[in-house]
Amino acid sequence: MDGLDLALVNWSRAQFALTVMYHWIFVPLTLGLAFIIAFMETLYVRTGKDEWKTTTQFWMKLFGINFAIGVATGIILEFEFGTNWSNYSWFVGDIFGAPLAIEGIMAFFMESTFIAVMFFGWDKVSKKFHLWSTWLTAFGANLSALWILVANGWMQLPAGMSFNPETARNEMENFWEVLFSPVAINKFLHTVSSGYVLASLFVIGISAWFLLKKRNQVFARKSIVVASLFGLISSVYLIVTGDESARVMAKYQPMKFAAMEGLYDGKEGAPLVAMGFFGKKSAESQREEFAVKLEIPNFLSYMAFLDPNAFVPGIKDLVHGNPERGLVPYEQRIANGKIAIEALAAYKNAKKAGDEAAAIEAEKVFRANFKDFGYGYYYQRDIHELIPHVPTTFYAFHTMVILGGWFLLMFFLALFFEYKNKLENKRWLLWAMVWTIPLGFIAQQTGWIVAEVGRQPWVIQDLMPTIAAVSNIEVTNVQITFWMFFITFTFLLIAEFRIMFKQIDKGPSQA
Amino acid sequence: MFEALSYSFLQHYWWAIVSLLGALLVFLLFVQGGQTLIFSIGKTELERTMLINTLGRKWEFTFTTLVTFGGAFFASFPLFYSTSFGGAYWVWILILFAFIVQAVSYEYRTKPNNFLGQRTYEYFLYFNGAIGTILLGAAVSTFFTGSAFTIDKMNLTNIGSNPAISYWVGPAHGLEAALVIQNLALGLAVFFLSRVLGLLYFFNTIDKDVIVERSRKSLLINSALFLVFFLFWLIRLLFLDGFAVNPETNVVFLEPYKYLHNFLQMPIVLIILLLGVVGVLYGIAMPLLKKDGTKSIWFAGTGTVLTVFALLLNAGYNNTAFYPSYPWDKAVIDNTEAINAFMQSSLTIENSSSSQFTLIVMSYVSLLVPFVLAYVFYAWRAINNKKITEDEMEGSSHVY
Repeated sequence: MDGLDLALVNWSRAQFALTVMYHWIFVPLTLGLAFIIAFMETLYVRTGKDEWKTTTQFWMKLFGINFAIGVATGIILEFEFGTNWSNYSWFVGDIFGAPLAIEGIMAFFMESTFIAVMFFGWDKVSKKFHLWSTWLTAFGANLSALWILVANGWMQLPAGMSFNPETARNEMENFWEVLFSPVAINKFLHTVSSGYVLASLFVIGISAWFLLKKRNQVFARKSIVVASLFGLISSVYLIVTGDESARVMAKYQPMKFAAMEGLYDGKEGAPLVAMGFFGKKSAESQREEFAVKLEIPNFLSYMAFLDPNAFVPGIKDLVHGNPERGLVPYEQRIANGKIAIEALAAYKNAKKAGDEAAAIEAEKVFRANFKDFGYGYYYQRDIHELIPHVPTTFYAFHTMVILGGWFLLMFFLALFFEYKNKLENKRWLLWAMVWTIPLGFIAQQTGWIVAEVGRQPWVIQDLMPTIAAVSNIEVTNVQITFWMFFITFTFLLIAEFRIMFKQIDKGPSQA
Repeated sequence: MFEALSYSFLQHYWWAIVSLLGALLVFLLFVQGGQTLIFSIGKTELERTMLINTLGRKWEFTFTTLVTFGGAFFASFPLFYSTSFGGAYWVWILILFAFIVQAVSYEYRTKPNNFLGQRTYEYFLYFNGAIGTILLGAAVSTFFTGSAFTIDKMNLTNIGSNPAISYWVGPAHGLEAALVIQNLALGLAVFFLSRVLGLLYFFNTIDKDVIVERSRKSLLINSALFLVFFLFWLIRLLFLDGFAVNPETNVVFLEPYKYLHNFLQMPIVLIILLLGVVGVLYGIAMPLLKKDGTKSIWFAGTGTVLTVFALLLNAGYNNTAFYPSYPWDKAVIDNTEAINAFMQSSLTIENSSSSQFTLIVMSYVSLLVPFVLAYVFYAWRAINNKKITEDEMEGSSHVY
């Protein structure tokens, strides 16, 4: 295979998207449900009331069903960096491998050790030790989220490293910059709090179903109180961190920011498109044009820079440049990248020939142009490949935000009516709670679609595009494994759903 | 404290950590071995449930160790990760696939309305036990026999053509290596070893005479087969031409009896190997000779860890290429120049490791390992302090 195989790149992307989206059905629920269970068990240990134990064990059973498939879908992801993105694994493995290893050593062992005590220890260890185990399971799960999100954050904003032309890879220089990069920390906080929200929705929705069926009402109301308090607090936090993400994104990933708002022409005092629908793509300008849109004046500028009159660059400014705003056109960045790539080759050749002076000169050129390294791979390619898919990013973002707003309102209503002792009579709200469970999962997926589709074509922002990251295998192999995973994961998902529904139907008393 | 250590020392340190994780993983494959015995040792539903539940309390350790082994390998020797996973695609994908279906099987097996049926999940466990162990063993054997690949980092500078730095020869992407007799022999040795360890684990944790009796019978045949395949592999290994590296020029070349030389030149590694083999044999002999085999898993388990540890040290230390490239294709076998070109792509702990800085960072992280082992041990004892009985399968709150 000498040329670039775009089918291979796309199938590899599809496989990663497939496996990670399946995985992400289960993980956020684990992150939040683990804490909800820990709260409930704490109440049991402190009050000594058996109904809290029954409640804890019911949710723990559902937790176990969800956890197993989360683990099953997770193992492939870690290894896919190697199997399908082997160039990536070399190019940044020196930095990217560390959080993955730390995740294993610090988090997975904690999780898997104490989860065994949590499930099997009820009659074998003391109440206190058991409670500790439940908490440690929750901490372990969230700690693993920290490390994998640090890894993801680093791909969005590479920091704490420098390229070593000798080894032809990026090497870590500062661990703390990797760990505490603004994207990584924000991503972690936003993601885990989204998991807490999802788990709260899950607990509330199922409890609402019990109330609608007039079964296990004490259990259901206790669960709703715990979950809506947890959900409300997490929701506020989710919105704060989401707001912060927007600013981080506007600063470091302006293309993603423009795409998620469908903003082509940059402007001062840019309005926020609260909701809109695209019509036909203009063949002439290659733009996605809105058919209808509802705007809030100046709000996008405020959201991005806390200044209602600030300039927000649009896709056109980023692609074609805007000298007034100091934006370099992609043509220039592609040229710079090409210079960097060629300088790397020149450096190596000079080293091989023993020409130190030429090597030093080449390295200088390389360093001066390295920040656009990845653009070089787009030499003589269609410049539009550097723009993420605008409608996908736009719709995903707006779906996520609207749903997030509804979740906050629902937590508030749940607490309000429960406090007034009227929740059982609000059947419309109870049904809404049940149907909000799938919405919670949709919000999770759309959030990640914004984050990942919005940063295409980069695997590492500005440094490595997907076309340079993919493994050297024939596309048929990836097609086969894609369908293998698709069929297996779908079967397992159906099994999980059916088992889950059955266990919910059995209810807490017999659980 | 790690800052003061040389780059070479850190590379050796990390090779030891990765080897230790690999060794622990092979020991923990007793779960996989046990999974292949549920039909032959468990004759009734209740017996099978007991076997699956005793294994089910440990399956996550094996799984987590595999994931951590992968992560640690990635962090410390990323070029291996890139080359082997991307090249031997099918071997690794099938291993992972075997672990994917395992992860749900315990939890879903006896749950009502489980869609695929109880038997399917039991077959998944069997599949995991057989495929996972054989392919892992075969993959490790290629550390000594070699696979055909080339690496050229300068491919990264290919604009408009394929920038992939490594190229794997042949369409089977690793499966071809699994079928080489020497590699298959280690695969089968690991398979039977995991069954032996699984049986010893049953002695350790199950309180039911008929299971113990059947396990004892099964132990004899599985131990015999393990020894046949393992000794075949080990003896041949000692006579193989190995992949040596000239420390001055970094040139990789074939050295007759290289792996034998490594043991002789590193007597400590040889002692670890011999202690390990004795431990395994003693652990197997205990239940075969006298009645109670409860503790035998600890002897055979420690023996397994030591044996695998010594073998992996042998593969990476003493100027040896731990992941050699060698063209097995008969067409090039007479072309010394071509063979030599392939061999220069071989991975050594020097040319495939992370930067010194990353190894230092990771060395600090490695200080957590004893702490992790301590709480794993503590929790293990808390859960396994009594053997599993039939009554427990009916009365407990969480049964697989």
